[in-house]
Parts: sequence; C-alpha cells; structure tokens
Amino acid sequence: MKKDISIKVCMGTGGIAAGGVEVMSSFEKALAGAGIKAAVQKNCSMHKVGCRGFCARDVLVDVTINGTKATYQYIKADMVERIVADHIVGGAPVDEWLVKDDYHTFHDKQVKVVLSDCGEVDPEDIDSYISRGGYEATKKVLTTMTPQETIDVIKASGLRGRGGAGFPTGVKWDMAIKAPGPVKYLICNADEGDPGAFMDRSVVEGNPHAVLEGMIIGAYAIGAPYGYVYIRAEYPLAVERLHLAIKQAKERGFLGKKILGKDLDFDIKVKLGAGAFVCGEETALIASIEGKRGQPRAKPPFPVQKGLWGYPTIINNVETLANVPYIMRKGAAWYAGMGTEKSKGTKVFALTGKILNSGLIEVPMGIPLKEVIYDIGGGIEGGRKLKAVQTGGPSGGCIPSSMADTTLDYESLGKVGSIMGSGGMVVLDETDCMVNIAKYFLEFTKSESCGKCIPCRVGTKRLLEILTRITEGKGREGDIDLLETLSSDVKTSSLCGLGQSAPNPVLSTIRYYRDEYEAHIRDKRCPAGVCKDLLTYSIIAEACKGCTACTRVCPTGAITGEKKKPHVLNQDLCIKCGACFETCKFKAIRKV
Amino acid sequence: MIKIIINGKQIKVQPDTTILDAARRNDIYIPTICDDPRLEPYGGCRLCLVQIKGMPRLVSACTTPVTEGMEVETTNDQIERQRRTIVELLLSDHPNDCMVCEKAGDCTLQELAYFYDLRANRFYGERRQYTKKDLNPFIQRDMEKCILCGKCVRVCEEVQGVGAIDISSRGFTAKVTPPFEKDLDCEFCGQCVSLCPTGALMGKEALGRGRQKDVRKVETICPYCGCGCNLTLHVNRDEVVSVSSRPDTVNEGWLCVKGRFGYNFIKSPDRLKTPLIKKDGVFVEASWDEAFQYVADRLIAIKEKNGPDAIAGLSSARCTNEENYLFQKFIRAGIGTNNVDHCARY
Repeated sequence: MKKDISIKVCMGTGGIAAGGVEVMSSFEKALAGAGIKAAVQKNCSMHKVGCRGFCARDVLVDVTINGTKATYQYIKADMVERIVADHIVGGAPVDEWLVKDDYHTFHDKQVKVVLSDCGEVDPEDIDSYISRGGYEATKKVLTTMTPQETIDVIKASGLRGRGGAGFPTGVKWDMAIKAPGPVKYLICNADEGDPGAFMDRSVVEGNPHAVLEGMIIGAYAIGAPYGYVYIRAEYPLAVERLHLAIKQAKERGFLGKKILGKDLDFDIKVKLGAGAFVCGEETALIASIEGKRGQPRAKPPFPVQKGLWGYPTIINNVETLANVPYIMRKGAAWYAGMGTEKSKGTKVFALTGKILNSGLIEVPMGIPLKEVIYDIGGGIEGGRKLKAVQTGGPSGGCIPSSMADTTLDYESLGKVGSIMGSGGMVVLDETDCMVNIAKYFLEFTKSESCGKCIPCRVGTKRLLEILTRITEGKGREGDIDLLETLSSDVKTSSLCGLGQSAPNPVLSTIRYYRDEYEAHIRDKRCPAGVCKDLLTYSIIAEACKGCTACTRVCPTGAITGEKKKPHVLNQDLCIKCGACFETCKFKAIRKV
Repeated sequence: MIKIIINGKQIKVQPDTTILDAARRNDIYIPTICDDPRLEPYGGCRLCLVQIKGMPRLVSACTTPVTEGMEVETTNDQIERQRRTIVELLLSDHPNDCMVCEKAGDCTLQELAYFYDLRANRFYGERRQYTKKDLNPFIQRDMEKCILCGKCVRVCEEVQGVGAIDISSRGFTAKVTPPFEKDLDCEFCGQCVSLCPTGALMGKEALGRGRQKDVRKVETICPYCGCGCNLTLHVNRDEVVSVSSRPDTVNEGWLCVKGRFGYNFIKSPDRLKTPLIKKDGVFVEASWDEAFQYVADRLIAIKEKNGPDAIAGLSSARCTNEENYLFQKFIRAGIGTNNVDHCARY
C-alpha cells in the first residue's frame, strides 16, 4: 500500500539543545537504511520545524502517516531506529514514547494565530510557508488594496502592539502614512530582553517569513522603502534563519524592487543588537541603529515624526508584525472576534517558573489567569500552592493567587497593578519569597539602566540596596515607606519606559505582600524560607538517626557527631547552603 | 509668535522654542543641570520636569517644544518633590567634599543642595570609586564627582567636533571616558571643563590657587590670534589663576587650548617686557622710542642703498585684521614694495 509519510523534528533552540540535530540525522540514517529506503522514502518527507511551545518535552517529533499524526516526546537519537522500524515501516506507533494526555491539555485551551505555523512549517524553506498559505496576504494586499484600506483593516482588527505598551497598530500606521517625509522606515523590534521571555525568538526561529510578510504589508501601508530588523546577537539561530528567509524572499520577488510587479520597493536590513535591554526602547533602538550609544531620548518628537536618521519611522514588535499576514488573510472581523472589547486577538506568553508545563503558549485575550495556570500549565510543581504570578517581566508586577480570576488583557492586568508587557509569565509558589523576587527584578533593571537619567541610574541602585539589606536582615523601620516613596519618584521622573516601570515589581509586591516585608524587617524572618541570611538550620535531635549523611555533604564541617547518635550543627561554621536539609532523609534538619 | 501660559502668566514666544528657553527668556527659574542653550537638548537630569495641563506625566522642559495655548506649571509640591529626590540621589553618590573642592562656590550641584536644604540623605549607599588617571597636562578628571549630565561629551562632539570622550558602561557604573578608558588625549580645548557643573573636570593650572570667592574677574581679549575671543581672567591678588569666557560674547564662550590654558607666560621670567637691540653681539634693553628709531633708520638705509625690493614684510596671525591691513599698507605705500606676506600662509 502506498503511504504518505511526513516527519517533523522540532529544531527550535530548545529542540536543538535537547538533541534535535542528532535526532534528525538519525532519522536520515535510518531511513536510508537498506530495505526501508525502498519501502518508504519515495513518499516520505522529513523536515525541521520551529518551536511549538512545549520545549520541556523536546525533542518533539511528529510522524504523520496518511494524515494520521502521532507525536513523540523526549526523543533521543537512539530511539529513532525503533520509531522507524515499528511505526514508519511497521505502521504501529511506539505507544510508550507518544505524548500523553497532558500534552493535549497543554494545547486544548490555546488558540494559535502567530504560532499556528510554528512547528508546522520548515523555517528554512519558503515553499513550506507558501504551501500553508504564506505570502497570500502580501499578494492580496498589493494587488487588491490601497495602503489606506490596509491600515483600515488593521485598525478594524483591533491589533495592539505586542511589545508591551499595547498601542493600537493601525493608529500608529495611520500616523506614519500621514507623516510628511521623503523617506520612511519600518523597524521590526526583535530585541526581546525580558528575563525568561522567548516569544519573539521562537516566532523568528519557527516562522521567519510571517514576520517578513508583516513587514512587507506594513511597508506598503505606510510607504516605507526600507526596513530594519533589530535583533539580539544572542539569538544566533533566529538571525541565521532570518537572513535565509530574507534571501529566499528576495529570490521570489517578495522583497526588493517592484515587488510582485507592483510599485513597491522594499528592502530589509538586519541589525544585531549588542545585548542592551534598553535598546528595546524605541528611541534607544534607533540610536543604536544609527551607530550611537544605545540610550533613549525624550519624546516628543516621536519616532513617527522624527525617527531613524531623522525620518518618520514605525517600530513594531515581532509578534505584532507576525499577526498581520493572518489578519489580512482571514479578515479583521475574524481577528476582532477573539479577545475582549478592548484587547483583541491572541497573545503569546512565555510560561515559566514553578509550573508543571512550562513553555510557550498562545491564548485568546481575556482568558482567566487560572485557566492558564491550571489547565494549560497543569498546575504547580510538586503539588505546592500557587502564590502569585508575575507578568510583564521586569516592568511588570505580581498578581496574587487570590486574584487568579483576573483575565489576561491589557486593561485587567493594569487594574491589578501589573502589565501585559511582552508576555513574560513567571509562576511563583509558596517557596518563593516576594522580597527576593522584587530584588531579582531590580537587580536586572539596575544593571540594564542606560545611566542617562539620574532617577533611573541612581534610583534603581538605591532601591536594590534597600531590598538587599531587607533580605539580609538589616532592614530598618521605615524602609517600606522609603521604598514606596523612592519607587514613586523614580516612576514619575525617569526619562524612558525602563525607569518609569522599573519600580513596578517593588510596588506590586509591597501592595500584596506587605506582611512579608514586615516579617523580614521586624522579625528578621523570611516566611518563605528563601533569604539565606535570615535562615537558621538546626538538627532535631529526636529525629536524627545519626546516619552521617549530612556530615558528608556539609562543605564547612559544621555538622559533627558519632554514628547512630544525634548530630550537632555548629552555627558559627554554618554557611546556610542547605545541603544538609536537602540530604536528610529523616526530616531531622529544621529550617527556620 | 505663539501664546503660552507659564505659572498663570501669559507670554509670547517664537515657535520651536522649548519650554525651558521660553521660561529663561521670561526670567522664570527652572532648575537644570544637563542643559546648556548652546547644546542640543538632552533631557537627562530630569530636574526641569514641569507639568503641562492635560498631560498625564511630568515632562522635561528642556526637550519639550511649546505649542499654542500650552499651560505650564514650573513648580508645585509634586514637581519639587521629584527635584529634591533627584538632587538627593546625586548627593548619595557624591564625595560631598565641598570644603576642599576647587569648584565650591561655583558648583551647580552645591547650589541645588543649598536650595533644597539637603542636610541628611535618605539614600546613602555605595559610591562609585575610580582611580584618577591624569597624565595629561591640562585637565584634571575626578569621575567620582561626575553626575553624567553629558555636557562634556556633547560639547566635544557638537561644538568641537572631536569626540574624544563618550559614556561607557551602563547604569550606576556608566562613566565618561576616553576610548578604552585610557588617559585623556585630545586637543585640550577645555570646552568640557567650562561646561562641567561640578568639580569633575577642572583646569590643572587653577588647582590650589584660591577659592572662587577670592577671584576677581577681569574682561579682556585673547592675545593669541586675530580671532579676538573674549576672555575673562580670574585674578587672585595679582595672579591670573584661570581663564573663562562668557557665553554672550562673539566667541560664545568657546576658547581653544591656548586661550583657556596658555596664561602662565604672564608671570614667566623669560617674558620680554621691553624691546632689545643687539649691540656688539649682545641684546641690550632699550626704550620703545629707541627701538622705533633704530628700525626706521635701518629701513631707510637699506632702501636707499639697495632699493625697496630689498625689503620684505612678514606679518603675524596674532595681529588683528586691522593691524594686518595697516602692515601691508606700510610695506606697499611706505616702503614701496610688494614683498609682503603673512605667517598663516605657511
């Protein structure tokens, strides 16, 4: 019987890290093997695909035979031979390696637009994208629509900037088309810098042509002959695939002069960022492209009035642009049908932290937070209790578990003191100290402040110092007020979005977890048992069996004792590393 | 002209002016430490934050252009609280050694601290510590006193066109530095020194030669070339201790290395104070009358013996245009030769 076989191997950064390259070559080898080659190869296609979100299960492999898809998880190179023999040749999937129900629950509540082709198309092959409807939107827009009509569709779709601020994309484009200037620029901001965020990376790695298509349509709409993709140099795979995609798009006439024979010239340059978080801020990004120090300048004038090289410039985020071809293909009404009244469509989140199923997810706007945590995310690791969810990265805030009904849209998140941001979502459980979380984010913003304006440069440093002394048990009465006052001043007076939002993690943790701050300052106690300087380890003599396991792992020799007799811990030598606590099988180590 | 309202007072300004410029021209005080009207707006220090009616956030007056009907408030409790915090943050990372600082009395940061009556500081913490690298002869750089207003960087780039320094690193560790953190090696025009609002940049020659209050200011013209830059000599007793220039002069306050730092010749023992005439192979002091007579006699003698073309005149770039004109006139009409030239051609 003739069989149509397709094999898809996840080769995003996560997939490659888990051994995707080896898995791929094992498949190639196995399929080339005698007998098998003759049986299947003629009708067997195999290609790499980008991230489909569930990186924790990599390497993920799809095997589709005559339209029936089976997905394997945790695949290593040495497992390939059996899959080929049993499944591809024999027709019987290897059941124990297939994904289980939780893989499907991870995907069930997701609605994929931007990620719909990630994990399906071969990111290094333009035909793969075209075969799934790619560049149809470009053709439609360029041949049947005027720039203003294009903008009107984006306006009607309700698409808002996915980089964080949520400014309506159509309105932005409308300002650009009306801005006078001999030349205009369109910049794709791929300088994704939030810790733990990898939405844009996965989109560029998994489906770079969607981003290019969004840019081409945007360029047509605003009349920009030149585009830039400003992308982090730390994303080598994304950069490589982007370059390849641009080359292929040029060969097919989607980029360059007279695109599709129409009166549109558009060329894209790739500019690598050198790793400064602040260069995600649009004026700093422009300065960086111009070869200057990446630091923001005051607005107005806005980039749409005076941007790159002094000309009107539009800067859109990767995810925003990747939405555009799908909106143009399926219509504004389809897109606006998803989400809430003011937040339309879907949003990609990087779900991380103490969550069972961590990965990249795309959900409709307005989905309740708890559905993301418990249905998609599968709940908290180790059956512990949810404490809070941090959204919006270092500019965002914490939503306490009591507010898990909060819906994920720009307005609701703002109301509870957090932000959508670019889509970072860190799940925290009862073993997380909220002062420590605030400190973690301030450590980041302090280091990433460009240093141009005083409140951000010195203010974030002082906020961090106060937080640090609180976690070290040196907090002073009045420190909470001082944190609040300084946070508010830094927010009010800083030059750019970085400083204006850097204190958010402090303010939101104080707002919901003031008692934890007070415990650190007044009782010199860390309720979550995280802050090392506030912890004391001791041995519960009644529980200690004298097994000596702890004495062997203690790096400073602080624990002594004879075999089968209760041990003693010398507090003067203890460095609070927690090794004894982790090692003891008898719960004889007390941590307070 | 467009009409705006600042602190309830209606004023007329040119379009394209910033709020800060408009306020300055109407004698309304807005504090700033990073702005200079001669440089591009920067918006870094945030001290000039003002409230515009209808705007959700405070904006920096130095970067925001005026618009018709704009209503601006330059001071209120919220604004002053921000300014106070900003100055307090600066002082929390400053040596605060005003007692021995050369800049004391002429320091913007000191003024602001005084204005906001900042005695205690809520934010004391780690201070930046830098080793001083100062092998250059003119400029002392104390980066611990730098508040990163960026004026030095901007004047070097925008006015002088040299770009000898820029800001490196990020955040709290950001600092102004020459390439690769080497010692300063530039034209040493000292434009940066003239703009530095604190004691971070000081002319070396002025160090230890008197406090700001002891200095008497004497206006003069630079003797070095025909440009005629205005100089302000800072004189302590009978000694010129430093040189500056006012922004409202023909040279807009900008000087070159010679005008700004080349003033030690005044007290040099090698300096000629009277004409010298060589007699029997030895220079002998003479009066001006004697010297002029001697020169005139010799010129006449040479001309009579060998004709006017035996004489040539070479003029100096240190002379003014008028002096140079007179000189060529003298050579051509007085001596009768066209053998006249100028050192600037060589």
